[in-house]
Amino acid sequence: MYDPTVARLTYRALLGRRRALILCALPVLLIAISALVRGLTGADDQIAADVLGGFALATMVPIIGVIAGTGAIGPEIDDGSVVYLLAKPIKRPTIIFTKLIVAIAVTMVFSAVPTLIAGLILNGNGQQIAVAYTIAALVASIAYAALFLLLGTITRHAVVFGLVYALVWEALFGSLVAGARTLSVQQWSLAVAHKVAGGDLITSDVGLPLATVLLAGVTVLATWYAGQKLRTLKLAGEE
Amino acid sequence: MTTINIDHVSRWFGNVVAVNDITMTISPGVTGLLGPNGAGKSTLINMMGGFLAPSNGTVTLDGEPIWRNEQVYRHIGIVPEREAMYDFLTGREFVVANAELQGLGTHEAQKALATVEMEYAQDRKISTYSKGMRQRVKMASALVHEPSVLLLDEPFNGMDPRQRMQLMDLLRRMGAEGRTVLFSSHILEEVEQLASHIEVIVAGRHAAGGDFRKIRRLMTDRPHRYLIRSSDDRALAAVLIADPSTAGIEVDLKEGALRVQAVDFGRFTTLLPQVAKAHGIRLLTVSPSDESLESVFSYLVAA
Repeated sequence: MYDPTVARLTYRALLGRRRALILCALPVLLIAISALVRGLTGADDQIAADVLGGFALATMVPIIGVIAGTGAIGPEIDDGSVVYLLAKPIKRPTIIFTKLIVAIAVTMVFSAVPTLIAGLILNGNGQQIAVAYTIAALVASIAYAALFLLLGTITRHAVVFGLVYALVWEALFGSLVAGARTLSVQQWSLAVAHKVAGGDLITSDVGLPLATVLLAGVTVLATWYAGQKLRTLKLAGEE
Repeated sequence: MTTINIDHVSRWFGNVVAVNDITMTISPGVTGLLGPNGAGKSTLINMMGGFLAPSNGTVTLDGEPIWRNEQVYRHIGIVPEREAMYDFLTGREFVVANAELQGLGTHEAQKALATVEMEYAQDRKISTYSKGMRQRVKMASALVHEPSVLLLDEPFNGMDPRQRMQLMDLLRRMGAEGRTVLFSSHILEEVEQLASHIEVIVAGRHAAGGDFRKIRRLMTDRPHRYLIRSSDDRALAAVLIADPSTAGIEVDLKEGALRVQAVDFGRFTTLLPQVAKAHGIRLLTVSPSDESLESVFSYLVAA
């Protein structure tokens, strides 16, 4: 199911110079903001939860997910170089699964790790807030990577759709329409964070059992469907 | 596994028919797929390479369907027309990756790099390669598993004459080894130099197929038109029209030239310099006025 060569190529493509810079920008910003807030207000659990929930989990994790998830396959399909993977006796779902693992790993490294560091800076993991949001970021990384990898497989405009989902659907509709929050990776991962932290600093609109089922379901379905799409991928840009 | 069978294959994109009911068999040896740009060559090659499903009909490799069958890639090597490859890798890294994806290793990759004579630049990034170098590395990536079938889409595009000769030698050698080598081209001379067997595609249809010499004869036996300028057009016209190889001559006063229609290509081309010399006429211009590939194809389709 996992091909080390496909993984190596995907890592090299994802962590190329320019993309790596983009991937670093938001984590650096998060840590800078955290240091600034800590310096101005001192350790405060509510502020720590606000920064991690409002910026790290709501904005940074999905955007890193978009960059890593769509970037793991989109550019290859766009420029046609994916043909060198497809013209091999390797099952297409294996290619997708491998790319998913890479996308998850990259999303985790560039979102969960800075979330933990930011949390430690903000309030030294008081009330388990840093750990709770880190686990939420880890969980969300899996679902986002799967979702955006699928987008990267089925559309050339994956980045746009990904950002629209991450920013407009989750952030905007989520705050306006209660129902939209049930269908939000962010809320599902918050349910996990709520369980870890306990108390009322972190809340979710979705219960943990439902959140777990939805997280697993979305990840599996998206990965399966991407595998199917890749089996019948028609290379664009031909006559 | 060496024969590709294309059986009543059509492929359309929306309302556009790119390939129209083509039936042909590609056997061991070198086959040239010849046709003007936009004739459907790439679409056909993509179907043979398993990257496109036929809308109708079947494409098989020794009876096995190619579409949605990854296992055929153990036997097929593909050299795509598109430039994009993993530009951030070195040539060697790229070919090694392709070998690994075939379940092979560095040894096979190195051998393939040697075959295309790219060892000297193998440690440079692909992004620094010229078009011809890219083409050769693509070739190496397709050869790592020594496939019995090799599909190449416009392989000579952008190559300089020396690189072209090298690649032709290589393909000839592979054909002689009994591999099935199919390449597409819109340039008659390329196909002529390399392939003994050609398949001609025009506007999505299979216009002709078979031995190159036979098709070449069809092409050369058609009436040829020439534009000729000489030191004495009217005297030249008089001697040319006396010979049966010439069917008609027009004195184009505006152009200051003769428009000659020759019916016997071979005879006419030897006759012209002889009579000019015998009558002391200097030939200033002799240019075929309808040699474009399209006109050859349209003649073939009509034939």
